[in-house]
Amino acid sequence: MSGASLPLAPAPAMAAGGRRHLPFWLGAVGVAVLLFVALRAIGNDYGYFAGYFILQYVVLATAWNILGGYAGYVNFGAAGFMAAGAYTAIALRKATGLDLLPGIAAAASVGALLGLGTGYLTLRLRGVYFSIATLCLAVVLQTLVVNWDYVGGSRGAYIVRPREVAPFTSYGEYLFLVMLVLAVLAVGIARTVEVTRLGRGLQAIRDNERAAEAVGVPTLRLKLIATALCGALMAVAGAPLPYYSGYLNPEGAFSLAYAVNAIAMPLIGGAGTWAGPVIGAVLLGSLQQAATVTISSALNLFIVGWMLVIFVAVAPRGILGWFRKRR
Amino acid sequence: MDGDLALLLNGIVSGLLLGGLYAAAAAGLAVSFGMLDIVNIAHPALMVAGGFLVVLVGTALGLDPLLVAVLLAVPFYFLGVAIYTFYHHFFERRGDEALQGLAFFFGVMFIIEVGLVMSFGPEQRFLDPPYAFITWRIGEIDIPLRMLAPALLAMAAIGALWVFLRRSFTGLAISAVAQDAEALRLMAVNPVRIKRLAFGLSVALAAIAGGALVVVQPVEPSSGQVFIGRVFAVCIMGGMGSLPGCILAAFLFGVVENVTASFYGPSWSPAVAFGWLLVVLAVRPQGLFGKLA
Repeated sequence: MSGASLPLAPAPAMAAGGRRHLPFWLGAVGVAVLLFVALRAIGNDYGYFAGYFILQYVVLATAWNILGGYAGYVNFGAAGFMAAGAYTAIALRKATGLDLLPGIAAAASVGALLGLGTGYLTLRLRGVYFSIATLCLAVVLQTLVVNWDYVGGSRGAYIVRPREVAPFTSYGEYLFLVMLVLAVLAVGIARTVEVTRLGRGLQAIRDNERAAEAVGVPTLRLKLIATALCGALMAVAGAPLPYYSGYLNPEGAFSLAYAVNAIAMPLIGGAGTWAGPVIGAVLLGSLQQAATVTISSALNLFIVGWMLVIFVAVAPRGILGWFRKRR
Repeated sequence: MDGDLALLLNGIVSGLLLGGLYAAAAAGLAVSFGMLDIVNIAHPALMVAGGFLVVLVGTALGLDPLLVAVLLAVPFYFLGVAIYTFYHHFFERRGDEALQGLAFFFGVMFIIEVGLVMSFGPEQRFLDPPYAFITWRIGEIDIPLRMLAPALLAMAAIGALWVFLRRSFTGLAISAVAQDAEALRLMAVNPVRIKRLAFGLSVALAAIAGGALVVVQPVEPSSGQVFIGRVFAVCIMGGMGSLPGCILAAFLFGVVENVTASFYGPSWSPAVAFGWLLVVLAVRPQGLFGKLA
């Protein structure tokens, strides 16, 4: 933005700002490096543990936002997609012995296919049908996993994680770094979607799908791309989960906490912007981490539920929207 | 009689009885989702909450669970009125139903479930009336009263609702608000008041379904999750706002699920629900009995 740009013309200024990819990537990588250096300086394994917890929600919330925030299609199945990623990683390791990074890649493709399949069957109808389908998808995937003895069935699966990976001081540090890279990539992808034709098309769908269709936006195709992206990123967020906890059972992997957080974080931060889910995830994630340590985990889920209800009622545009209105 | 045939016949009969329970659970949704276009995904959670309250009150007072459920329908009506008032004020009035309204009901569902875990613990709760252990036998076919009594109550409740919707002025207004709220306003009827009343009725039905659920099986806080797929599948198959369609779809669904369970094992039954839902959405989104728009 040069000094000549008028303060009364926000739209062109935003478009110009949107095209500046390099400063964003440099900034994101800078923040990530700073975070890593700071945690390394502290040198406490709990720092990595808590950091991973928050970053996985950054990925999950950003993934939800691509479909929910931009296109206005609500995905209730975050837990299902995430668990699909986690169990893909487990199954791959059992079948071939490949560990974390190939597991993440495999999870991305499984998540994308799952999203594409659900989307293909339901996205031609009204948005609520897609939401209901995703809600059931989690229950059905859980049924499948419980009946699938190869990945441990209802007893769960153990993953013996290596004590350390070459240049890192601990495996926790390695996992944190992996999740940090994934989070930067996810936010970068979301921002790229936001400022390109794909994002504009999705926003047109959210505002008025029929009008968008009428002016030639290929609505079904865009929605399918968004669903596949969303599913892939959610599965990616879940793939390192068995390595993180060392043990995974269906109840933990399909926990409703993931589904409610994936919705609450973008909506509280401000859905439809790439920064909103990040703000929401950092805020709610640290709050929950603090509450889990000090109070109890059931109570902190209760708090998230209430925060979601109160925020969508009182501040439907989230923290960012509230901030913008005040300016 | 041939063993497989007897198994099939028993599967069909108990499927029909199970369908009665599903009809009770889905009828409330047929009113809120089908007629009022309010996507109340918290409906199964409300039903389970009703089940827990039935156990609590029924055990304390020593009353029959189905009777308690009918009594509980009254406070649940007012709960529904309160939920709708909140929903209308914050979401429907602003046109925010699609994203924020849906997230609101998801939050309500989540709060109910976590609240139940916190106050009752994650264990199963049950309250067996004395007739729950009686089974009538007709030839090779078993008819357990545990299934029959809730199914009959469900049919009675849905029948009463159907008569109310068809015969009374208010009931007709509810059907009218489903078709055209604006036209109703021109007839000097406040559509918001009508919708509030109808939503109250749908939540009252959730209480009755909760009582029926308690008689059929023990309840736990997460029971609602398995029912989401079932009730939405039944409601959509039945053609959304149609109560007779809803009952027929519930019977059909109960039979299919039960026959699958008796031949392939009960752990697969949630998958049946989802499979049906997807097939219905992909092939006949207007429902099995609905007409093309």
